[in-house]
Amino acid sequence: MATEVKVAWGPRKDNKFIGKDVPRLDGAEKATGAAKYSADVNPKGCLYAKLLTFKGGHGKVKSLDLSAALKVPGVKAVHAFVKVGDEVSWDGAMIAAVAAERQEQAEDGVRAIVFAFDAMEHFVDEDDLAGATKLHDLRTSELQKTFPDDIQKLLAKKKDDLTDDEKKKLDPFQKQLDGVSRIKPLGDNTQGDIAAALKSAAVVHKGYYGIATISHMCLEPHGSCCEMDGGNKLTANLSTQNVSGTAGQFAAPLGLDAADVTVLCNYIGGGFGSKFAAGDWGVAAAKMAKETGRPVRLMLDRATELKIAGTRPSGFADITIAADKDGKIVAWDSHHWGSSGEMKGGTIALNQFPYVFDFENRNRKATGLMTNSGPNQAWRAPPHPQLCALTDTAIDDIAAKLGKSAVDVFLANIDRTPEKLQRTYVAEIKRAAELIGWAKKWHPHGKGKDGPVKHGLGMAIHKWGGGAGKGTCRLKVHPDGTVESFSGTQDLGTGTRTAIAMVIAETLGLQLSDIKVRIGSSAYPASGGSGGSTTIGGVAGPNRRAACEVLGKVFDLVAEKHKVDAATLAAKDSKIWSNGKEVCSWKQACSLVGNMALEVQGEGPKNDGLTTVDVGGCQMADVAVDTETGIVRINQFVAIQDCGLVVDHMTAKSQVYGSMIMGIAYALSEEQILDNKTGRYINADLENYKLPRIGDIGELIVEMYQPDSEYERGIVGLGEPPVISCGAAISNAVANAIGVRVPTIPLTPKRVLDALKAAKA
Amino acid sequence: MRSFEYARPETEGEALELLSEHGGNTAVLAGGTDLMNLLKRDVIQPDRVVDIKNVSSWRGIKRHEDGVLIGANVTLDEINEHAISADYRSLIDVIDGIRAIQITAHGTVAGDLCQLPHCWYFRNGYGLLAMKDGESLVATGDNRYHAILGNSGPAKFVSASRFAPPAIAWDAKVRIVTRRPANVEHVSNVLPANAKKTEHVENVLHEEWLPLEYFFLTPKTNGQGVTVLKPGQVITHLWLPAASDTRSATYEVLELNGLDQPQASAACCLGLDGGIVRHAKIVLGHVAPTPWIAHEAAKWLVGQQLTSDIAETAGRMAVSKATPLSHNDYKVQMAQTAVKRALLKATNQLGEVL
Repeated sequence: MATEVKVAWGPRKDNKFIGKDVPRLDGAEKATGAAKYSADVNPKGCLYAKLLTFKGGHGKVKSLDLSAALKVPGVKAVHAFVKVGDEVSWDGAMIAAVAAERQEQAEDGVRAIVFAFDAMEHFVDEDDLAGATKLHDLRTSELQKTFPDDIQKLLAKKKDDLTDDEKKKLDPFQKQLDGVSRIKPLGDNTQGDIAAALKSAAVVHKGYYGIATISHMCLEPHGSCCEMDGGNKLTANLSTQNVSGTAGQFAAPLGLDAADVTVLCNYIGGGFGSKFAAGDWGVAAAKMAKETGRPVRLMLDRATELKIAGTRPSGFADITIAADKDGKIVAWDSHHWGSSGEMKGGTIALNQFPYVFDFENRNRKATGLMTNSGPNQAWRAPPHPQLCALTDTAIDDIAAKLGKSAVDVFLANIDRTPEKLQRTYVAEIKRAAELIGWAKKWHPHGKGKDGPVKHGLGMAIHKWGGGAGKGTCRLKVHPDGTVESFSGTQDLGTGTRTAIAMVIAETLGLQLSDIKVRIGSSAYPASGGSGGSTTIGGVAGPNRRAACEVLGKVFDLVAEKHKVDAATLAAKDSKIWSNGKEVCSWKQACSLVGNMALEVQGEGPKNDGLTTVDVGGCQMADVAVDTETGIVRINQFVAIQDCGLVVDHMTAKSQVYGSMIMGIAYALSEEQILDNKTGRYINADLENYKLPRIGDIGELIVEMYQPDSEYERGIVGLGEPPVISCGAAISNAVANAIGVRVPTIPLTPKRVLDALKAAKA
Repeated sequence: MRSFEYARPETEGEALELLSEHGGNTAVLAGGTDLMNLLKRDVIQPDRVVDIKNVSSWRGIKRHEDGVLIGANVTLDEINEHAISADYRSLIDVIDGIRAIQITAHGTVAGDLCQLPHCWYFRNGYGLLAMKDGESLVATGDNRYHAILGNSGPAKFVSASRFAPPAIAWDAKVRIVTRRPANVEHVSNVLPANAKKTEHVENVLHEEWLPLEYFFLTPKTNGQGVTVLKPGQVITHLWLPAASDTRSATYEVLELNGLDQPQASAACCLGLDGGIVRHAKIVLGHVAPTPWIAHEAAKWLVGQQLTSDIAETAGRMAVSKATPLSHNDYKVQMAQTAVKRALLKATNQLGEVL
């Protein structure tokens, strides 16, 4: 039996790489442009595809003829996404694609397509619960009146009283009703006694809160470059977070064997949860590649990327919150609504409300709106940013009503947060308060200094799981000592490559340059999609395990050759040591493996302590608000984040910085604007879809919460949690500055001025 | 982008000839920072794009005794780096607010004056006036960025130019040339002295010096433009009167601390005598289909000591006739603030603002 090398992470103080600041290994490639993204893949003979998209809110396809497009010079293939009679239910929905020798020719082809639609009624205001209800009642009652009398009678009966036959009879009519439906009750539930708690409370606050829909807005849009090899093998260079899990999505619609589809993605320009699937656009590119025998590149244009490639659903809520005189929250009563697009009638999950805290007396209710807005996709920590924005703002308002500091009120209620996170929250809140100078700077809401510019502080807390994802890897130790790791994972820009190299180098006592990390191909051992902050655990675990196993094998060879006890061996500084005495170099050791490389598989997750789950996190913002223009600027923004054992401290901090920048974007300026008049996503461009510029970011202060107890927990994912608190922390800081709650995020100058005016009236 | 002819003339005569062909369905490429967007979005479909960057007589900044002549090819960076920047602070305020190297390195003032509205209905293909079935989409649609003044007609977009407010406040003139005589409205034929000579004048069939405040028009139909420029016409130069001791400032309300379109702006030129206003001109931007001159507020300022309260009142007067649409009441406050702050900035009294 091979020598067993202890898999558990070594003592923190002995680490050479783990927990240190290691720059990304692919930084230079990215900075110089050498890194090839899917959008850069440009094989010989490549055709370029452009899309015809729907420009309206809701309609039915009246005519669609692609033949004229095929006559345009350079056009080689066309693809229809819809047919006559189909409903198209949101702006930007794909109608057809055209592939041509040149992009301009593809655009000419798109313009040549004959497409007409009959406009249908649209409803796009995701905040307008009353309007949606009214329209819903009107359209369903109109429709019901056209149903036979017996059906109308059945509809009047309670659902539970219907027999199976009756249900069957009703089914087609119910489907018709669903077709004109605009609202969907998503349940409610209660614990404790709200009425009694409200009665005995020292303060009660009723508020309205909201957070608008945003788009993922990946810098590299969704899409792929697809190339057939012969008639039955496909290579899809896909911009994806899911290298190992997408081949089947191409294979089935193309009639190929999944084994003959290779998905490649070496670099990706942003996904944020929206790039797990091949997408209809991906399949279209593959089909046109199959049809023409030429590579086809189809990347979404910017407007289409904004409209249909993924949105984070909106949320709006009426909340009643009550507290005793010490700031302990005694009652929570909320009704929230919103839209997850696609006419699905979804909104933020009911059972996670209120967020992080669970109050003794609590009532909650949710209603989904069916709006003519584009598809939603998981957006970085779904749906925690919305939950946090609707919960921590209400808590901040009750604190303000008590005249107390938000820090005191959050701390007073920590016992209502998950037990395992309570100590972390307390430590993080205290540290964040120290870093931002809370005690010195804080003033009651609206009681800052005179002048048009007001300063304020706000905070929020969050939680996330981040357990290790499923993953495998193959580790090869070559006779010359070089080490190769293969896995079908992806580096979302989060430093996955670097982290893998660090884990292996740490385990084998090597330099980072000795480790060749091969990722980004579905031909490699399967590794999970990068979602839920599961990647770091999903790759670190298998690589650590494989490295330990391979090291045991190397130790055995060394022990035999040098007549030492394998159990005494250690690998450090590219050498093998026995009880602190050098035995041989790593290279010499590896030469003992023979002609062929040593090869082992690593798997995960396992319950061996390498990885774990659950993080908290606290953020505090110091903002300035110009009350005469409504402009909000970030002065300082502090994040304290735990995530168990930190693999690469620099990359971890970088994750938090990135999250905070993304958080400032959705807190202050970016949002999907759907125009009621036309039903269009009217700001689907980079001028009016307002992303912050570098000058909007302010000073970011990031500190990883890293007592030894965190190291000992093992690895937890970090990609998502630090983006959660940003909206609430910034909104609370604005409320503290101006003494008025700006109800809806993002806090644009318009919303700030409107709120100030409403408060004055 | 659709196919178009590309032409690169080197003289004024060539440029005018190239612009006048194709029935004038031609577009001027100076910096291209707006033109490229319009072409990519298929909002305009010129048969020919005329790149004027090589027309040498439209380059350069020339100081004269009674003013400054700025060629249409002069970039914002060139103005910023020129000695005149000390005199015309209100223009430099705009350049400072652009905060985008791409725009300041390529963009020109003349190009900025000719920008088409950024109205999202227009840019999404609903036409300049965004009328559908005889009804204004803007009036009942999302008009948060639209006009609060001069919006009673069909045009409800806001003028896009960032330099027009300060340039009008300076009583700037523009030189408009065309190969054929054209009916230029509100033409003033008064040539700025010392700016009379132009190169290749033999090719120019028609030359006008027009006060910039008459350059902009509020269209009544989709076919009318937003300026007096007729097909084939082009701005070749901007003339700024001598600065003497006039104080000036522009205040733009910019949501983003980087490249962004102002939601309201105001520029002013002030003549002061012992702290008393002797002359004032105030022009608002991004609040109406054209730059908006606040005559009454400026007139009222004359004879006053410019204090914070006086500036505040002037701001209020400038927007007193505002008729906000359904979603842009907030812009009234912004415009009022912009006027107040421009006045305070011009007199070095502006305190902490964001």
